[in-house]
Amino acid sequence: MTYSIIADALVKRYAQTTALNGIDLNVRTGAVFGLLGPNGAGKTTAVRILATLLTPDSGRATVDGLDVVSQAHQVREIIALTGQYASVDETLTGTENLYLIGRLTGQSRAAAKSRARELLNQFGLGDVAGRAVKTYSGGMRRRLDVAASLVTRPRVLYLDEPTTGLDPRSRNQMWDVVRGLTDTGVTVLLTTQYLDEADQLASEIAVVDHGSVIASGTPEDLKARTGAQTLTVRAADPAHLPIVRTVVGSLTRTAPEVRGTTLTTPVTDPDITPLVVRALDEAGVRLAELTLRGSTLDEVFLSLTGHRSQTHQETLV
Amino acid sequence: MTTMTVRVSPPQAIAQSVKLSWRTLVQIKHNPAEVLDFSVQPIMFLLLFVYVFGGALGGTTQQYLTYVLPGIIVQNSLFTTMNTATGLATDLEKGFFDRLRSLPIARFAPLAGRIVADLVKQAWAIALLLAIGSIMGFRTGPHGALGALATFALVLVCTLSVSWALVLVAMLAANPEKVQIFGFVVLFPLTFTSGAFVPTGTMPGWLQAWSKANPVTLIAQTSRGLLGTGPIARPAVESLIYAAAFTLVFAPLAVRAFKRRV
Repeated sequence: MTYSIIADALVKRYAQTTALNGIDLNVRTGAVFGLLGPNGAGKTTAVRILATLLTPDSGRATVDGLDVVSQAHQVREIIALTGQYASVDETLTGTENLYLIGRLTGQSRAAAKSRARELLNQFGLGDVAGRAVKTYSGGMRRRLDVAASLVTRPRVLYLDEPTTGLDPRSRNQMWDVVRGLTDTGVTVLLTTQYLDEADQLASEIAVVDHGSVIASGTPEDLKARTGAQTLTVRAADPAHLPIVRTVVGSLTRTAPEVRGTTLTTPVTDPDITPLVVRALDEAGVRLAELTLRGSTLDEVFLSLTGHRSQTHQETLV
Repeated sequence: MTTMTVRVSPPQAIAQSVKLSWRTLVQIKHNPAEVLDFSVQPIMFLLLFVYVFGGALGGTTQQYLTYVLPGIIVQNSLFTTMNTATGLATDLEKGFFDRLRSLPIARFAPLAGRIVADLVKQAWAIALLLAIGSIMGFRTGPHGALGALATFALVLVCTLSVSWALVLVAMLAANPEKVQIFGFVVLFPLTFTSGAFVPTGTMPGWLQAWSKANPVTLIAQTSRGLLGTGPIARPAVESLIYAAAFTLVFAPLAVRAFKRRV
């Protein structure tokens, strides 16, 4: 097994904050690797270092064996970056954007034109190729952005939060785009705030918090470790809360979290639900709510770190 | 760090800069109103100054036209450097620069591309001003076409040196609105406290002292000499010393800020 991206103890500090606190990454060649974490976890900083836009304060990183600092130019020849904000020129047309990148990287006029046409068609942008990008929808822009990254036929592609701010339909289209990329053999490093996105697309995930990797593995590994699902229970009578807590806690072998009269806990085995229902029924507890659903990123965080992600707390306040 | 600069040969780097300036000029194709912005504005200034103020300031509008046309050429080119800065700041803000910086191209190409494109716009505006001026009755002096060409060269060299200062501002502010405010607050008084529009003789002593040293005065004076009559050698040398000083101070600072940026 070979690795395309290797990051070793990357540290990046700013005046007030430590963006990266010794991050290690190993991304297999040809894989889609998900870097999962809340806002401000250091995902973008990591990507910017790997894309040669930033230099780390310490640690080192290589892409296909090339050092991102001392061999930055060679790294740029094999990577492409799709930034968090559509990194295309809004005033130009889709075709012109791709043509410009082709020409800048040494393609002939004819080659740049045909590559632009090919990519625009591939990404379902053939009809709007001649329109200025500022008239595109959010989803179209993001697809153009990915297309722009592929002009140079990169071996490694960074996608920084490719679906943030997109509606569900555009998000699904984007997911199809990313799935299609793996067929071309390109290695993809994808950052996301959404657990289901990482789950859908990535064969391997690293969870980042406060500039460090706090867990990594396949989506299945992580789910097994953190509880893929969340059980929510609310008794009809608030006085029954202590009983509910004891019953659920002993069956799931966790310490359930209580908010108001509602109790939540991560669950790894979905068969636990009928057991909980039966045990509570036997204890004479009438339920107002009992649901089992996929864990949110926040809940994964809670079970991995014991604290809620920073941004979530801020939005609650 | 040296290995990466060696990788792009100078001809390649120049080709990349030219392609990026092509981008800036294609933007005009999509936003024709921009042509108005850099064509109408200089003409408007020329017409207003000559026909509204001209008679009062210069005796007759014709005499004043001869005086003010070179001044307006300089003023307009200086104001155009603001476009360079706001354009760069927009690219930074929108993330387009990240795209460019992650490509295997010369580090300075995005900067150079923008500057070259704006020099083209300035050259266009100078030609336009000379054309409209001649319709209004402006006649070149003893140096004729050669003098006009030398004016192009002088004004472009000098505004290029000023561009570096605005590039620095763009890199530090990275916000087009802030850049515009800054540019306006500095460039507007700088231009008006010079001999570009009126002779400095009636200004208070302290202002005269400043405006005699003001580079805008010197560039306008040289252009006046080249296009009409008047001293050339001394103001030209002084203008070029200013240009060299601006470039020496601000170009390295701007490039450094550019490299560090984001």
